[in-house]
Amino acid sequence: MSKFISNLRRSYRLLQGVPKFLIQSLMVSLWFAILTFPIMVIQVNYTANTVEWQWGRLLLILFGGFAGSFIWFLALDRKDNKPSNTSGTYSVIKGRLLDYYASHKKLVMAIVFAIILLIPFASSSYFTRVLISAMIMMVLGVGLNIVVGFGGLLNLGYAAFYAVGAYTYGLLNYHFGIGFWIALPISAFTSVIAGLLVALPVIRLRGDYLAIITLAFGEITRIVLENWGEFTFGPSGIKGIDKPGLFGIDLSPRGEIIYVYIVVFLVLLLTILISRRMENSRIGRTWESLRENEIAARSMGINVPRTKLLIFAVGACIAGVAGALFATNISYINPKSFALLESIKILCVVVLGGMGSIPGVIVGSIVLQVIPEWLRPLQDYRLLVFGALLVVMMIFKPNGLFPKVRKSYVFTKEESEQ
Amino acid sequence: MSLEYFLQVFVSGFTRGSIYALIALGYTMVYGIIQLINFAHGEIYMIGAFSLLILIGVLSMLNLPVLALILIAVLVSILYSAGYGFTIERLAYRQIRNAQRLSLLISAIGMSMFLQNYVLLAQTSSFLYFPKFLEDIPLFQNTNILNASQAVIFSATALIMILLTVFVRYTRTGKAMRALSQDRTMAVLVGVPTNRTISITFIIGSITAAIGGGLVSAQIGQIHFYMGFIAGIKAFVAAVLGGIGNIPGAVLGSFILGLTESFGTTLISSDYEDVFAFIILILILIVKPSGLLGKNRSEKV
Repeated sequence: MSKFISNLRRSYRLLQGVPKFLIQSLMVSLWFAILTFPIMVIQVNYTANTVEWQWGRLLLILFGGFAGSFIWFLALDRKDNKPSNTSGTYSVIKGRLLDYYASHKKLVMAIVFAIILLIPFASSSYFTRVLISAMIMMVLGVGLNIVVGFGGLLNLGYAAFYAVGAYTYGLLNYHFGIGFWIALPISAFTSVIAGLLVALPVIRLRGDYLAIITLAFGEITRIVLENWGEFTFGPSGIKGIDKPGLFGIDLSPRGEIIYVYIVVFLVLLLTILISRRMENSRIGRTWESLRENEIAARSMGINVPRTKLLIFAVGACIAGVAGALFATNISYINPKSFALLESIKILCVVVLGGMGSIPGVIVGSIVLQVIPEWLRPLQDYRLLVFGALLVVMMIFKPNGLFPKVRKSYVFTKEESEQ
Repeated sequence: MSLEYFLQVFVSGFTRGSIYALIALGYTMVYGIIQLINFAHGEIYMIGAFSLLILIGVLSMLNLPVLALILIAVLVSILYSAGYGFTIERLAYRQIRNAQRLSLLISAIGMSMFLQNYVLLAQTSSFLYFPKFLEDIPLFQNTNILNASQAVIFSATALIMILLTVFVRYTRTGKAMRALSQDRTMAVLVGVPTNRTISITFIIGSITAAIGGGLVSAQIGQIHFYMGFIAGIKAFVAAVLGGIGNIPGAVLGSFILGLTESFGTTLISSDYEDVFAFIILILILIVKPSGLLGKNRSEKV
């Protein structure tokens, strides 16, 4: 009964704010209409010496701005006055599902794996390819998650290590005909070297400086790849990279795709396993303490430079593996695939899902890699939405869709009575 | 390399430096107060250029005298850019100002992407022709070391620098800005209006960036939605080079960066134009992370 009353109170308080929000939203939408007027409505064409007026867009801004800001204010209000306990049908179901999962972990996992492995046999080659790219994104996400989520080191040049991995395999394959399985560890190794080279000089930096310097390294890598024609083949890239071999058996085109799918899936499982194990090990605790407070970590006897180098090396290693997978999957690489945007996209995956959370990375990659494939007509708006998504996530859900669950001991009432 | 050629490269480097300085001021002021790399700042520079182009296009239908036309268009485009700067801060940064630094930075990256694509979708993805008001007429006979457009850019930059220095040194708001950047908690305790001062900082930064955008477009003659991002990153490099949070430092850093780029592209290779800035950034952060004029701040636990 008391719960019902408190619910009622909450809804009343919410409703109380509504007229205020309506007026505020109206003002905001007017402001946006004025602010965006020249860029949205007027299009000047100097060669034809004409001016086009797109009045429809003004209406869009007015109504969109009004609705958007109304939702924005409501959401802000809800965020500020968060109810203290979250009990409802939804969370009860969620809790039961989690309980079931915990007690039948192996069974659930086995069923999920079986379904994932069976998908490519039932779906079209196109969809399989989409899933492969999503899984490669997951591998990258898991890798960046180690750097950003566990280590707290914002890396905006992550695509550079990805590029090093891809180009290592591409060039080895082009010049020496080396196959995927031999090139894979070499790719991982060269990426680690690249990671250490970047990390060594920047080990003393933190926070924003680290972000901007990794961005610089990432851009340098791309520019060098584009301009060092005789080594990297410049903007045209490397074509015809081999698919992974299967003991010399020739596969049909469709079989090849399924094979790549399974290989990528296994690599993904392995990276998740490694990441999990590292997180819960002594090393993972070191990373966490470093993220929370570097000085405190240092005073507890943690070797900060070594730990940071390790974070960078592990992250780069995973990116290198993902790069080799990317090269073998697409069979064609060029510097465009490794631009800053790619780094930001991987960051989006990590942030959207929730920094430090592996289920978050999986959901994030599906949201950013699979769903846009279904929304082909809206392709142009993808980056706009990405940008807005980052801002909105940071304001309303900074911990992501699937926040990392910290291991904690819950002290229940029964226990205290005993 | 003849002396004349050397001087030409020098002057063109100085011009570049002036533009970077106009953008870097906004970065350094914002960083000084809320410790945020405002990635969206470069987009303000781009939006300034686009608004100016659009306003000139619309106003040119009214048969105004050219000088009045340019003056009105410049003023209105500056107002618009200031509006964008103000709105960005309210929208993307104010709510999370005291949250984790990482959240703020990611929000800034998101805002930058959003604005780039907003202009791309609302206007065009290709290069736009921009009327060249600043002609490359040589100022001195027999030599083309300094031309009119460069002279205009220098004088505009110098004027803005002087105005800004006076503003920050002697006005009440300028004092509030310095107080906030020295110690935010203490400034709040003595009654400095935080929100208003931060808004004003964003507005001033946007105004200088928009002027930079207008000048550079009128000199080069074309604009593009992506022009702000690289310019923004380079201006940030310049701000770091001079010591971030330090206004004279940002100007010094910008001139050093502009000269390095200018000489680097002529002496080494123009393919690697963008690399020089990044190499300088990496070197300065390794050797002296606090920048040329910056003070070392020890971190407290």
